[in-house]
Amino acid sequence: MGKHYKVTSGLLGLKTDAVRAVDGVSLTVSKGETLGLVGESGCGKSTLAKCVMGLESISSGRIVFQDRDVSDWPEKALRRKMQMIFQDPYSSLNPRQKIGSIIREGLDIHSIGTRAERRARVQELLGLVGLRPEHGTRYPHEFSGGQRQRVAVARTLALDPDLIVCDEPVSALDVSVQAQILRLLKTLQTRLDLTYVFISHDLSVVSHIADRVAVMYLGRIMEIGPGADIFATPRHPYTEALLSAVLTPDPTRRTERIPLSGELPSPMNPPSGCPFHPRCPKAFERCPQERPELRETAPGVQVACWLY
Amino acid sequence: MSDTLLDIRGLTTRFSSPQGIAKAVDTVSLSLMQGETLAVVGESGCGKTVLALSILGLVPDPPGRVTDGSILYQGHDLLAMDESELRRIRGNQISMVFQEPMTALNPVFRIDDQIAEPLRLHQGLDRRAALAGAVDALALVGIPNPVKVARAYPHELSGGMRQRVMIAMALACNPAILIADEPTTALDVTVQAQILDLMNELKARMNGSLMLITHDLGVVARMAQRVAVMYAGKVVELCEVGPLFAEPLHPYTRGLLASVPVLGDRSELNPIPGIVPGIFDLPEGCRFRPRCKDAFDRCTTLPPLLEAGSGRRVRCWLHQ
Repeated sequence: MGKHYKVTSGLLGLKTDAVRAVDGVSLTVSKGETLGLVGESGCGKSTLAKCVMGLESISSGRIVFQDRDVSDWPEKALRRKMQMIFQDPYSSLNPRQKIGSIIREGLDIHSIGTRAERRARVQELLGLVGLRPEHGTRYPHEFSGGQRQRVAVARTLALDPDLIVCDEPVSALDVSVQAQILRLLKTLQTRLDLTYVFISHDLSVVSHIADRVAVMYLGRIMEIGPGADIFATPRHPYTEALLSAVLTPDPTRRTERIPLSGELPSPMNPPSGCPFHPRCPKAFERCPQERPELRETAPGVQVACWLY
Repeated sequence: MSDTLLDIRGLTTRFSSPQGIAKAVDTVSLSLMQGETLAVVGESGCGKTVLALSILGLVPDPPGRVTDGSILYQGHDLLAMDESELRRIRGNQISMVFQEPMTALNPVFRIDDQIAEPLRLHQGLDRRAALAGAVDALALVGIPNPVKVARAYPHELSGGMRQRVMIAMALACNPAILIADEPTTALDVTVQAQILDLMNELKARMNGSLMLITHDLGVVARMAQRVAVMYAGKVVELCEVGPLFAEPLHPYTRGLLASVPVLGDRSELNPIPGIVPGIFDLPEGCRFRPRCKDAFDRCTTLPPLLEAGSGRRVRCWLHQ
């Protein structure tokens, strides 16, 4: 059933303090799907993305991309298959480089096509992301945040990748522009048969774009499954609390918020057992003692909680 | 609910730059009632933050200047006051919470010294009493172990805690009006929910008024009684919160609502085409015209804020 990107990483050691930024995470991403990674700041979602991209080395476990370990891929070959879109379109584009040259850079590095072919490809990419051909000769400062993010999308598409990791791609944008970019990403996915790993702290955005969703907390996956399932019937108490905090643009719909006690513990010194137990309204004596592993509770849904 | 606490009339704030002079806030008239929460909503560059800064006399000059209008607070025009008079009101009767607590707090002073400052300045408390007041203020905003946190430096606190400190500081002198500019935008959802609940609770307890500046329609729906939608320096719709979400009148408001993804709803989004115009090259007539699918020939003339029944106002020729 198509290609699988298998991720089994653990114990990401950063410098001398062993911070488990990502801890014992196992998940797969199938070809053509969008996997949403959600969680609050410090939950390890961006670190996980960097590990997948091979930008961060992992301390244990392995990440398999198209039947081959990411660390075994020659870097240049991997970059052709995997690309990334970053949150801030102001700092991710070189202000001294023209838009056309930014988009063409990957083609140049990989010596793809003749000069004329590359130029034609840039024009094609500009069109694909809804920019005009003449935009290629301008500089990033002449563009709005939304247009810059379109440039970033065009750049990732230049090498015709299979997987695109999107790290908070719409968080810095205004609402009306955010909707334009989300729509663009969806259209491109169907047209080019792309696979996305989509990271966001905004659950409404993720529920809109992701097929499957993984909820992370302190470096671990708490719950993973089809988005429709998870957003309709969250099983993990953390997912429940997270969803209850989401505000809907409808003053008549007021959900009862499940309050979380305390603050996010430091990842330097995570709680024993289930990392969520000190803040969990449903914790019982087993939770601080043993760590629950992900367990399948419904078809395709896995939850790491002793309640199941 | 019926007493007008703050009455803004025809407020215009101009910014000058090499490209010319632009009106970041263009003849805005709004009122804030006793005990209400008014949300000012709009996208970046619509002038909502400049509006807040204009009220408090904090517009950076140069390049900005309030050039027209009046802001009546308890019958006195804030714009006619000199700096020393304004200082007696700012942080005391009208105070502000900013978006980014880390840049709004001074990194080299302890938390209690920072909260004590307005207490000493406005209420004439001595150092000891002001520091005690700071601890009380921290307890009020639900900070666990306020005595310990009072002696901490900003970098030792999490984002949510810092925002609580900002609120404690803003509320230390029991202001009548709190202006909050994107108070939860930098925070995680669960923390955002806590801070919004806290603001509602404190507002009710102090019977104060809240002017909430935000781009987040979810926050508006949760918090506001009345809403002013701004676009390119102008108020385009002014309405109670229920009807605004149930039946938005201005095409821009409708477009905004159709752009927001709703949790659990995967139906297609209908974004507004194009981008917000820069304040230095505004279109002629209605400023939303180039992006509006309902625009017609009349829209080349700027519509006034038209009455649309039951206190509703909308700046659109479709609703004449």
